[in-house]
Amino acid sequence: MSIRVIRAGTLAGAAGLLAAFAAGNLFAVASSPAEPVIRITARRFEYIPPSITLKKGQPVTLELTAEDTTHGFKVSELGIRADAIPGKVTVLHVTPDKAGKFYFACDVFCGAEHDYMSGEIAVTE
Amino acid sequence: MSITVTRRNIMQLAGLAGATYMSGLFPTFGKAAAAEYDDFHFVQFSDTHWGYAGPANPDSAHTLEKAIATVNALAEQPDFIVFTGDLTHTTDDAKERRARLARFREIVSALRVKTVRFMPGEHDASLDQGAAYREFFGDSYYSFDHKGVHFIALDNVSDPHGAIGEAQLAWLAADLGQRKPEERIVVFTHRPLFDLAPDWDWATKDGARAIELLMPFRKVAVFYGHIHQEHHHMTGHIAHHAAKSLIFPLPAPGSQPRKLPLPWNPEHGGAGLGTRDVGIGLKSAAIEMVEHPVQEG
Repeated sequence: MSIRVIRAGTLAGAAGLLAAFAAGNLFAVASSPAEPVIRITARRFEYIPPSITLKKGQPVTLELTAEDTTHGFKVSELGIRADAIPGKVTVLHVTPDKAGKFYFACDVFCGAEHDYMSGEIAVTE
Repeated sequence: MSITVTRRNIMQLAGLAGATYMSGLFPTFGKAAAAEYDDFHFVQFSDTHWGYAGPANPDSAHTLEKAIATVNALAEQPDFIVFTGDLTHTTDDAKERRARLARFREIVSALRVKTVRFMPGEHDASLDQGAAYREFFGDSYYSFDHKGVHFIALDNVSDPHGAIGEAQLAWLAADLGQRKPEERIVVFTHRPLFDLAPDWDWATKDGARAIELLMPFRKVAVFYGHIHQEHHHMTGHIAHHAAKSLIFPLPAPGSQPRKLPLPWNPEHGGAGLGTRDVGIGLKSAAIEMVEHPVQEG
């Protein structure tokens, strides 16, 4: 299974499929235009919101952006990683197929508190 | 306790639990190695984080100087000293970054050994892609030869994504292309080249490609820092050895959700910190490591 990652200057202009990442067995490709959208903003040294809740089997779009500098969004356990870039939106279409809690973290060094920049995805039944 | 390694006491050291790590790095170790240990040795300092101020090390203004005093007191001085990155603690202020690099260089000038090799860590280099570091210490990756051993310093931090990058990998391939498979190679990096704990950023994005380039060589060891603790790992026949820091220890890889520094122990200030003496037997191709703790208090 995989995650589609689209990086674009604006959502309306999201035209380039730049990368695809293996995602273990948690997420499947989903592309329904009606799926809910969750925007995650990264800034030193936090994610807003710091935790998100998804529902197992429910497709969702994650929109990543950043306020200050490029940050990473990495859920190593799930094989997910993408950049959150100021002025751009990185779009991830995902469908969780397993319940549980999964940590995400910044993997682009961004300053003194970089090591502690993390968040949590909770997937409910 | 600081331990001086000599031909006379090497067998005694081998019996000190926790003080000596005897590596299976090179095939002949354990046979003729011990008697040749002091053919030459170098000392590894890592993660000094000059400029850090916080509760994880209330003695941070003095820890580096204590470690230097310990190494300066060794009866047999090493052939050279290497600092495997995070010389300074990061700052967003470019002027302050240079001030910390300058002060760090001034402090380490007190080392008796004057052949000192430096490397950047992400705290030194990732916010400006290594610009300030190179002003003070020159190239961030390089190689040199010493008594028949080929040493390679790799930069996996100037890219804030924690990658070596195509240009440096091409340089590495060209450097290794001049070597023979039986030559001994020692690699210095800051981050681990293998995926030790990717969730904690204890990995190198393209480290597997560097390891792949090193695989044809039968006698390879990697010494790195970044994880603030002693750690030993094998990828095939290649040994990877992480060194303690000189600022604060970190938890065992992946042992908890977040990698918070281990708390300072007021009863044993400096616990978990230290430098590493690495001895290489020239004929046996053995490597042996002795950890030098930081003086408490």
